[in-house]
Amino acid sequence: MIEDEAVISGMGRSDVGRRLGQDPWRLTVDAALAAIADAGLSPDQIDGVSTYPGATGTTPGMSGAGVDDVRALLGLRLRWHVGGNEIPGQLGSIINAILAVAGGLANHVLCFRTVWESTAQAQLGGRSETMRSRIAREATQWREPYGAGNATYGALWMSRYMYESGATREQIGQIAVVARAHAALNEAAVYRTAMSLDDYLSARMISDPLCLYDCDVPVDGSIAVVVSRADSQEIDRSKAVSFRAVGSASGMDNCANMMWGRTSLTPADVDVAQLYDGFSVLTMRWLEALRLCPRNGAGYFVEGGDRISLGGELPLNTGGGQLSAGRLHGFGGLYEACLQLRGLGQGRQVKPAPEVALVSTGVSDFSSCILLAV
Amino acid sequence: MHPPRPICSRCLNSDVIFEPVSGKGKIYSCTINRYAWSPDVDPPYVLAEVELVEQSDLRILTNIVGCDIDLVAVGMEVKVAFERVGETWIPVFAP
Repeated sequence: MIEDEAVISGMGRSDVGRRLGQDPWRLTVDAALAAIADAGLSPDQIDGVSTYPGATGTTPGMSGAGVDDVRALLGLRLRWHVGGNEIPGQLGSIINAILAVAGGLANHVLCFRTVWESTAQAQLGGRSETMRSRIAREATQWREPYGAGNATYGALWMSRYMYESGATREQIGQIAVVARAHAALNEAAVYRTAMSLDDYLSARMISDPLCLYDCDVPVDGSIAVVVSRADSQEIDRSKAVSFRAVGSASGMDNCANMMWGRTSLTPADVDVAQLYDGFSVLTMRWLEALRLCPRNGAGYFVEGGDRISLGGELPLNTGGGQLSAGRLHGFGGLYEACLQLRGLGQGRQVKPAPEVALVSTGVSDFSSCILLAV
Repeated sequence: MHPPRPICSRCLNSDVIFEPVSGKGKIYSCTINRYAWSPDVDPPYVLAEVELVEQSDLRILTNIVGCDIDLVAVGMEVKVAFERVGETWIPVFAP
């Protein structure tokens, strides 16, 4: 299995925050150099780069740097690289790196995700302005006359999910409330003030039934990890995080089924989960797709919040998730999973020390999930 | 299929033509949007995915008009109406 051939040898992060006003190349370089140093490597040992979505046409702030930017900035001598958005979810860049390492095309692949949406939106005058500046306008002609925005898709998913499953806002709200409680223990999270279920229920509606706290928070920041050959003698092996299984299939259910089909581990073995929360309803859908709870049973599973809190049976989004720690677009969850597996969670460390962590990213047919272990 | 494409995704035939439908459907999902995404559409308004009676999974993103927005619900039967936007007419739906 390709998963046995590679490990995460290092991880790094830049400053993360609202409207930092830093150049996205600065953020990228800070995260990349931190990850390379964490792995015990130097930039001249990095021979691969993998990123999503690369220097492609996106809404402003969605892509902070491309492969070639990083190659030039760090003076990398690359044997292999790929950057693009038509890959299996944001974690697809990690799966690409595993493939390159397992296939012998690279020894140490730098993977990164940089966003600067918070600054871009402030400069342009809001989310709706950045949406209108999208290059591929053709695709929007079927939604623009109706006043559809990104959050209205979240609202339509949530409305349908509540209809199919019977889940309530009181239940779904626990995804946001528990994330905020975890963020309070994470100095790097952007929203750390206490939030109750009543605060959630009385929050401003964006698009019923989706309220403000169902939406993740645009931030500026970069996360990088290094994916290295599992048999490398150059890395600091005490820090290595292993891959147990990847899911790259199109669609959350297919993705989860593929991942569980590549390992003898089962959902009961998962000690901590970082599931995509671009909207809180997506986390509900991932919980069910990954069989961490029964179909249509996520509402019951998260009710009251205890099961998904630190000390619960499945600590979820332990760094605060994208809802409270900021939209690092799946890589925030990956970073937090590695942190927990390496026992570096400080005040939010899951106890006893987790051995298996699950990360998922994406929505609908754009999805990926990875099972990690130490 | 919707949105229209030049090739049929079932048989890959390029000989694709527009065909009239009944204009009847059922609300698959809906939301009352309260945020001003577009300068041309003032909130609040209802966005919905309507599944047409002709074919399951044939869904169109649209607005629901002609009724109290608080009464719109998943499963509601609706029928097409047309609204003028600039120089064109777009399909919207009403109970």
